Amino acid sequence: MRFVDEFRDPGIITRTAEEIRRLAGATRHYRFMEVCGGHTHAIYRFGLKDLLPDNIELVHGPGCPVCVLPMGRIDDGLSMSLQPDTIFTAFGDMMRVPGANGTPLEYKARGADVRIVYSPTDALKLARQNPSKHVMFFAIGFETTAPSTALTLMRAKAEGLRNFSVFCNHVTIIPAMRAILDSPDMRIDAFIGPGHVSTVIGCRPYEWIARDQRKPIVCSGFEPLDILQSIVMLLRQMNEGRSVVENQYKRVVPWEGNRAALRAMSEVFQLRPYFEWRGLGFISQSALRIRDSFAEWDAERRFQVPGIRVTDPKAAQCGEVLKGVLKPAQCKLFGRECTPEHPVGALMVSSEGSCAAYHNYQFLKSSMVPEIHAAV
Amino acid sequence: MCLAIPGKIVEMSPDHFDSALVEVVGVRRRIDLGLLSENPPKLGDWVLIHVGFAMSKISEEEALDQIRTLTMLGEQQAAMEEVCGYASDDLPDQVENARKGT
Repeated sequence: MRFVDEFRDPGIITRTAEEIRRLAGATRHYRFMEVCGGHTHAIYRFGLKDLLPDNIELVHGPGCPVCVLPMGRIDDGLSMSLQPDTIFTAFGDMMRVPGANGTPLEYKARGADVRIVYSPTDALKLARQNPSKHVMFFAIGFETTAPSTALTLMRAKAEGLRNFSVFCNHVTIIPAMRAILDSPDMRIDAFIGPGHVSTVIGCRPYEWIARDQRKPIVCSGFEPLDILQSIVMLLRQMNEGRSVVENQYKRVVPWEGNRAALRAMSEVFQLRPYFEWRGLGFISQSALRIRDSFAEWDAERRFQVPGIRVTDPKAAQCGEVLKGVLKPAQCKLFGRECTPEHPVGALMVSSEGSCAAYHNYQFLKSSMVPEIHAAV
Repeated sequence: MCLAIPGKIVEMSPDHFDSALVEVVGVRRRIDLGLLSENPPKLGDWVLIHVGFAMSKISEEEALDQIRTLTMLGEQQAAMEEVCGYASDDLPDQVENARKGT
């Protein structure tokens, strides 16, 4: 078993899609939000939309950490790369994300020491290897990634490694889901819940969504059959008038989450009172900062961070797309001013952003475009 | 960004108690086991890897169970069509409800 091929079996996929058609019937419309950008990417990459009947609509949620990061934070982080003897490190996803003064790669071209790392521990290794330099890691991600940053900071502290710091941009998924559910123009029936976030936080934190908001939610894996099975589970709940949290991704997600990871997070991080999300605005208690006990490794406290705020262009309708009010192609800028090469809005920035995924996989089926516009 | 990949643990050594060698599609790489300290994996286990850390052990039992459920989904449907095809009129509601999946 490789845990990949088995979940792409064409025969089972066809039958699962048939089951979806049967359960969905033809009498009502279903709007499901996939919260996680990884799901959005998989849905387009595997063409899963083409397997679904027309009355099931997938709305792409806020779970792309690169997309929701305000542009000003990128400028803030990059301002530190201009300090002498500083190495700026970040994941590859960040390298083409534009701040107001350019992307990390453009800073590198101008002479800043910008390096891609695959793990925060690689940044720590760079700090060990370069004792005369300061290594700053631009940390980004939801609860999936935050524990790895936390453990890295605990190691840095244990080793007394003082030439290492973290610029923390970790965010938490539940407040963003609450912001979407509280929005007056929200029209979502149920959620395909995040899979990898849930390996850390478990399934309990979603219970209020099912109980108080009466929205079914299924924590889902990322293979085609995972996503299709989650849709079957959501349809069954809705047809039976139930709304509970279900775990489709049992092979990976423990109901209680990962306690060691949660402990590392709570030792190193605390909630920020509020944080700005691109496309959604300020959301209270939606992001993490580094605790005072780790202040020495907090880049925001070691460096003068300018605190830049860049307002998104009014014409970009990212917020409406995030909340499922508009489809990516319905935004006025989509595919014209705003493309993956020159992203104007948040959702075009990363390949997991719904606009970028839509542009890369769907929009290019040019024959489809008139249909999409006709449906608008 | 939240991409995570399955990998098989192929080497563990007492010198590196908090790390292991994993194999992902034929490539070996050292990963950190610090986040699985409560439930450490063994040699041969599969783990889900994200940014160089093992996030979770993958349960083969659950994976097989899922495939079984999914396979039965189609078989149940075939059985249902067969039953509905019998044209017995005595229990029309039940057949109709079963068709709707309720």
